[in-house]
Amino acid sequence: MSITERQAREYEPVIGVETHVQLKTRTKMFCGCALSFGDEPNTHTCPICLGHPGTLPVANAEAVHFALMIAMAFECDIAPRSIFHRKNYFYPDLPKGYQISQYDIPLARNGRLGDVRIHRVHLEEDAAKLVHAGASGRIHGAETSVVDFNRGGTPLVEIVTEPDLRSPAEAADFGRLLQATLRRMGVSDVNMEEGSLRVDANVSIRPAGEATLGTKTELKNMNSFRFLERGIAAEIARQEQLLSDGGEVEQETLHFDPQSGGLSALRSKEEAHDYRYFPEPDLVPIAPTEAMLDRARAALPELPAARAERLERDLELPADTAKLLAFRSELGDFYEAALSGDGAEGEGTDPRTLANWTTNELTARIGDADPAGTRLEPTAFARLVEMVAAKEVSASAGKEVLDVLVSEGGDPASVVASRGLGRAGGDELDAIVDRAIADNEAAVEKIREGKDQAIGAIVGAVMRETKGRADGGEVQRMIRERLGA
Amino acid sequence: MTDLLAMTAVQQAERIRAGEVSPREAFDFWRGRAEADDLGSYLWVAEEAPADLGELPPVAVKDLFCVEGVPSAAGSRILEGYRPPYTATSVRNLRSAGAAVLGKTNQDEFAMGSSNENSGFGPVQNPWDRERVPGGSSGGSAAAVAAGNAPWAIGTDTGGSIRQPASLCGVVGLKPTYGAVSRYGMIAFASSLDQCGPLTRDVTDAALLFRHLVGRDPCDSTSLAFPEEVALPTAERLDGLRFGVWGLGEEGLDPGVADVVRATLGRLEELGGGVEEIELPSARHGIAAYYVIAPAEASANLARYDGVRYGPRSGDGDLTAMYEQTRHDGFGDEVKRRIMIGTYALSSGYYEAYYGTAQKVRTRIADDFRAAFERVDFVVTPTSPTVAFELGERTADPLAMYLSDYFTVPMPLAGIPAVSIPCGLSEGLPVGFQIAGPAFSESRILDAAYALERAIGFEGVPRT
Repeated sequence: MSITERQAREYEPVIGVETHVQLKTRTKMFCGCALSFGDEPNTHTCPICLGHPGTLPVANAEAVHFALMIAMAFECDIAPRSIFHRKNYFYPDLPKGYQISQYDIPLARNGRLGDVRIHRVHLEEDAAKLVHAGASGRIHGAETSVVDFNRGGTPLVEIVTEPDLRSPAEAADFGRLLQATLRRMGVSDVNMEEGSLRVDANVSIRPAGEATLGTKTELKNMNSFRFLERGIAAEIARQEQLLSDGGEVEQETLHFDPQSGGLSALRSKEEAHDYRYFPEPDLVPIAPTEAMLDRARAALPELPAARAERLERDLELPADTAKLLAFRSELGDFYEAALSGDGAEGEGTDPRTLANWTTNELTARIGDADPAGTRLEPTAFARLVEMVAAKEVSASAGKEVLDVLVSEGGDPASVVASRGLGRAGGDELDAIVDRAIADNEAAVEKIREGKDQAIGAIVGAVMRETKGRADGGEVQRMIRERLGA
Repeated sequence: MTDLLAMTAVQQAERIRAGEVSPREAFDFWRGRAEADDLGSYLWVAEEAPADLGELPPVAVKDLFCVEGVPSAAGSRILEGYRPPYTATSVRNLRSAGAAVLGKTNQDEFAMGSSNENSGFGPVQNPWDRERVPGGSSGGSAAAVAAGNAPWAIGTDTGGSIRQPASLCGVVGLKPTYGAVSRYGMIAFASSLDQCGPLTRDVTDAALLFRHLVGRDPCDSTSLAFPEEVALPTAERLDGLRFGVWGLGEEGLDPGVADVVRATLGRLEELGGGVEEIELPSARHGIAAYYVIAPAEASANLARYDGVRYGPRSGDGDLTAMYEQTRHDGFGDEVKRRIMIGTYALSSGYYEAYYGTAQKVRTRIADDFRAAFERVDFVVTPTSPTVAFELGERTADPLAMYLSDYFTVPMPLAGIPAVSIPCGLSEGLPVGFQIAGPAFSESRILDAAYALERAIGFEGVPRT
């Protein structure tokens, strides 16, 4: 038994995640400046978000609305009166010298997303962006640093889970579900690279089977789910090594370096800030009215987890396919539009076949793009899949038609007609099959000797000749009939 | 023209409206008076009349009100030369009512003080006795109005900063209900207590200025719509009104001040009012609670002054050294003291003992007033335990200075309004009489104050 295997049995990782989500509101959390990403620095600022003397914050109603939607999506208990606090710390990215956040009475608590319990959901403002000039790109060792206040004051929702995750992969899966859910709700871009979704992880390990939690560390700066998984795995390994060497895990904040895969200490427990929280006197409590709650409830779409369940249950799609359509909701939307608008007489398109075409053929052509942004019409897509199923077009010709529909649009039947992609049959196919048998004597011989797989060579010849327009099954049947095999 | 000096602001407004005096003439007259002020009342005087002069005489504005393009430093070196890019809502409201900004008045730095001696730009002299302080922190506003160097003024009150200088200078000062006037554009001292209000020659002027200050402001979510239009006071009698007296037995109350206040209570009775003693059991802890809560909020409010985005900057090179030097040079001793007190009171492990306890006291004081207002219509007290003290007399003893606010601190802690009106002289110096009422009772308070004012017939300091 290797050391790693033994440790894997001895210790159980316990992981909780803390995410910061930039809300996609029109304006900032406490002032009227527009949100922006990548604009000229310091062009979206005003006396309020620059912390000028005498200015006051006013809470953004749309941000409160989005936060309430999030709290409802997680089935949280929403506080009748939640309050803002000042979180005091002195740093160049914080023009007031404190961040307006929530503390002991957050907007919502005690929710759930998938199998993970949500500890709390609260509203706060983002800090400005520091850009450090120098080799490290970090503040340590920087020659100069400049501040871009465009980001300062962007509404953030902080979502904290209970420590319910047990592996790096589970943590990454939870992150993906969270991302898909928030994206579906339209409350955030949830783009990890751009920082509109930031995921920190709290990691501890404990001897398997024990109930008490070990000392945790906090991991920051993992800007993709792959890095999140790698960072947590690295930290679990580090803690296991520490404990098996007889050491102790110290409570600290760690910075994950995706290049090296290494972890470096940002600050230890002793260096932890005393934030001197106190109630923000410039803001009144958030006291959601029935009307606000109704509005948030009405704005909630069907969420990915529920959609995946429905697609699997009602349409009998395979779990993976259902999940893909639900998590990429634009794909799911296109799929369901095609399914409901197929316009075919008779039974209509088979949901599973259409799902296969959506998750395989369509994604192969559009990548991560939204299918609604291409020339392809959902009804045209559904008709094409039906034509293939009815063997009016061969599968490979159907794929060629899809290429055309995605780039140029139009109706599948007319594309088939104008490009001569209709299924080969009748006299045309009879002649081609006869010629293929005549041209492949060796194969014919083998078939007669009982080597049935030799039929492939003849089928291949027919397919080449028809440019894939023939149906493989029918061609085989015709060959066997002619050879009496 | 010089008869403007003898008139109240309301009388001047009538002349302007009648066309007997042009807005321009009134503005220039007061600009001349402000320019000639030699008490140290002003930190800046308008160079010329704005184009859009209205029908009210111009108003002197405490330095901490932000006025676009005009130096607004809150009496602090750390904001020396700062010209805000925007204007406070209260000042905008006054402008749209027709009152232009006459100048910016001196004050204790960030409104922290009771004598105006903590100004970063020098003290203000009391026009009744130039050896004495005008009170604080709105000392410049009070002195300018008393001396006839401003027709009227606005200030801010956190623990007494309007009422106490009004008392020491013999003018009227109103601290409104918390939320009645927008705080947007007021450079903050203690956000849960700060409130803007008028300092005027008489109660009618205070009512008119207050009428134009109030209103819900979308830029201040703690502001509230005033329930009615503020009426100009008309009461001649006080029949049926009950006045609860608090604090006349406190040790530390100057006997001369107590005598004048007692005589004023007699006047209340002559006017038909009922006078009785009341208890506010927790109010005696007001100073202790106030000097935890206000510095705690201030310690956060003042963190933004770092020399980076505005204001002067000291030191160079290292960022931390620059911060330290800027704050070292920019803040005065009292401000530093309060930042340290407040930071300490909010620190982990001390929060409950200090800030938490102070908040409980605050709730109890509010409860005391609520109980009192079930028995009486108003609570009345001396405004200040003493008349104006000598410059330098208390600067070495912060605790003695803090006790100047003994009678004025409980009201802002409870969020309720109170006015101070001059009620007589002790040792030749003015004594202030404070009338407090429930939230949004300003019109009733001013009405009672008006009747009393007429009965007293207080003569201000001779204007020359």
